[in-house]
Amino acid sequence: MEPFTTLTGIAAPLLRTNIDTDLIIPKQFLKTLVRSGLGRHLFSEIRYDADGRERPDFVLNQPPYRAASILLAGPNFGCGSSREHAPWALKDFGIRAILAPSFADIFFTNCFANGLLPAVLPMEAIETLATVKGPLTVDLPAQQVRGGGHTFTFDLEPARKAVLLEGLDEIKRTEANLGDIDAFEARRRLNAPWLEIHTQP
Amino acid sequence: MTPRTLYDKIWDDHLVATRADGTCLLYIDRHLVHEVTSPQAFEGLREARRPLRRPNAILSVADHNVPTLNREKGIADETCRLQVEELETNVKAYGVPYLPLLDDRQGIVHVVGPEQGFTLPGTTIVCGDSHTSTHGAFGALAFGIGTSEVEHVLATQTLPQRKSRNLRVRFLGALPPGLGAKDLALALIGRIGTAGGTGHVMEFTGPAVRALSMEGRMTLCNMSIEGGARSGLVAPDDVTFAYLEGRPMVPKDDLWDAALTHWQSLRSDEAATFDTEVALDVSALAPQVTWGTSPQWVTDIGGRVPDPAEATSADDRQAMLRALDYMGLKPGTLIQDIALQAVFIGSCTNGRIEDLREAAAVAKGRKVAPGLRALVVPGSGLVKRQAEAEGLDRIFLAAGFEWRQPGCSMCLGMNDDRLEEGVRCASTSNRNFEGRQGRGSRTHLVSPGMAAAAAVTGHFTDVRQLMGGQ
Ligand code: SF4
Repeated sequence: MEPFTTLTGIAAPLLRTNIDTDLIIPKQFLKTLVRSGLGRHLFSEIRYDADGRERPDFVLNQPPYRAASILLAGPNFGCGSSREHAPWALKDFGIRAILAPSFADIFFTNCFANGLLPAVLPMEAIETLATVKGPLTVDLPAQQVRGGGHTFTFDLEPARKAVLLEGLDEIKRTEANLGDIDAFEARRRLNAPWLEIHTQP
Repeated sequence: MTPRTLYDKIWDDHLVATRADGTCLLYIDRHLVHEVTSPQAFEGLREARRPLRRPNAILSVADHNVPTLNREKGIADETCRLQVEELETNVKAYGVPYLPLLDDRQGIVHVVGPEQGFTLPGTTIVCGDSHTSTHGAFGALAFGIGTSEVEHVLATQTLPQRKSRNLRVRFLGALPPGLGAKDLALALIGRIGTAGGTGHVMEFTGPAVRALSMEGRMTLCNMSIEGGARSGLVAPDDVTFAYLEGRPMVPKDDLWDAALTHWQSLRSDEAATFDTEVALDVSALAPQVTWGTSPQWVTDIGGRVPDPAEATSADDRQAMLRALDYMGLKPGTLIQDIALQAVFIGSCTNGRIEDLREAAAVAKGRKVAPGLRALVVPGSGLVKRQAEAEGLDRIFLAAGFEWRQPGCSMCLGMNDDRLEEGVRCASTSNRNFEGRQGRGSRTHLVSPGMAAAAAVTGHFTDVRQLMGGQ
């Protein structure tokens, strides 16, 4: 996976609370068999009208923000369904970092599997950053967001940070523990034999 | 030994390794797979030439895309059909147990798992679906995961995890007659908000929970995710064991006895501490109805649509204004005066036999209001068969409801069961997000009894007024 280090780009403000995954990528686009190509359907129902025309008042349809690589959002971003199509769509559109006061758990985890940075900043910081003209810089090694003379720092668990910085493949990492998994399964067969699956449905 | 919560115990039992960076590798006992969130996971496995570690720890079924009418004729919508075919190809290639579309046991993953005895107390269960929390009703640690994690489990039977915090919900008092698990869930979310449980596993306790059937406990745990918690838990008891005994995949004979001994130890220790506590007195609760585009925007049947002017912050006011505009509602409107054009009874929240019984008891001898479309979609083929054996289908059909084949259906409308723009629906599902049941559709979340009451009166009605038949 592509590592994430420092990103400088346009930040689009979408400061709603509870932006859910249904809104990020509606169900009709979940029928895909691949991970790519979802960017044009990102926020489909608020980005286009019923005839598929762009709504001029939607932020990602406005000139500077069409090229946004950062999204500024309200609390509880990504709540709702577990669909990884949400980070896929954001990434395919060009978004690499989402700055919000809080994220829903499953969405938050899904971001790291896709090289997306979900950074937690207080709402006041988000609102300040939304007023900045010009690009913002998201500096992952320093855990900072800078722009318009402001600097905000964010917390991030070191293990999560490493995944992004190094573009780690989680499965490969776990394969280093294969011996532990074998041992666990052997132990469990003895201690909790009822957990073995003896009957097929 | 330090006192532990039920969550702590299940966690400890599944810890494979703790890495130098502090992340834990958790063993996954059971994996449910459906057609929407698995294609890219199998593709990833194939591309990396990795084997699937434990095919028989998986149960797979198609549910989101399946038609609920004339299924025998196949799936007409090509994209839906392709996704189901892709699942069938993958499960065949990897030797994964699968319940085919025309099998009586097919249905929504979260209805099927418990029915087959695949869901057991004390296990870890995952699925590429946020409502995996449903299985917590059995005292299992069950949570939704993304597709990359699905691939991770297929390859390693484990997941890197961070431990969540413990949250205890104490429901105080007994639930009044006519109210059920859905009302408990909605009232709780109304209290704590949709992010109230973020970062936590919720354990539900109190006499009102003990009094619930397994179906009710599943409804409650199903909605944990709407309160922000990835998992909900109910400690297993005799109700749980009675439900499990004799189901196809449940251990038998000596193994059953050994399992039972272990399961009886699955409860939070008296002295265990929880990071967060919520208490809610439910003894005077009234049936719940959501009015907005988030499950936290809920009131009771005697209530009114709130006035954004009374919001506590400018952000909340904005959010409420947008929700009321989307929902086509005016502040101050009595909930009972809201007229409906559609009713949906089904989903992994309320598509089980008990839910259908509750709705049928209200529908019996009555008629669906003129011009209203009402759909009943059983959660599985077995639920459908049981309902038909009890004559519930005839009650629904005589009242003017449509009786469909099992699947997710109008809970999210990936198949043909969708609402038209602007149509207002009383739904027994779990999400009332914008566009959830169809672009521009307006969803109000209610219990099965309340949905049936709305269907026969054409507007929200306190189900207790219709109880006891006509
Ligand atoms: S019934 Fe609805 S919530 Fe449940 S799994 Fe299906 S789509 Fe998801």
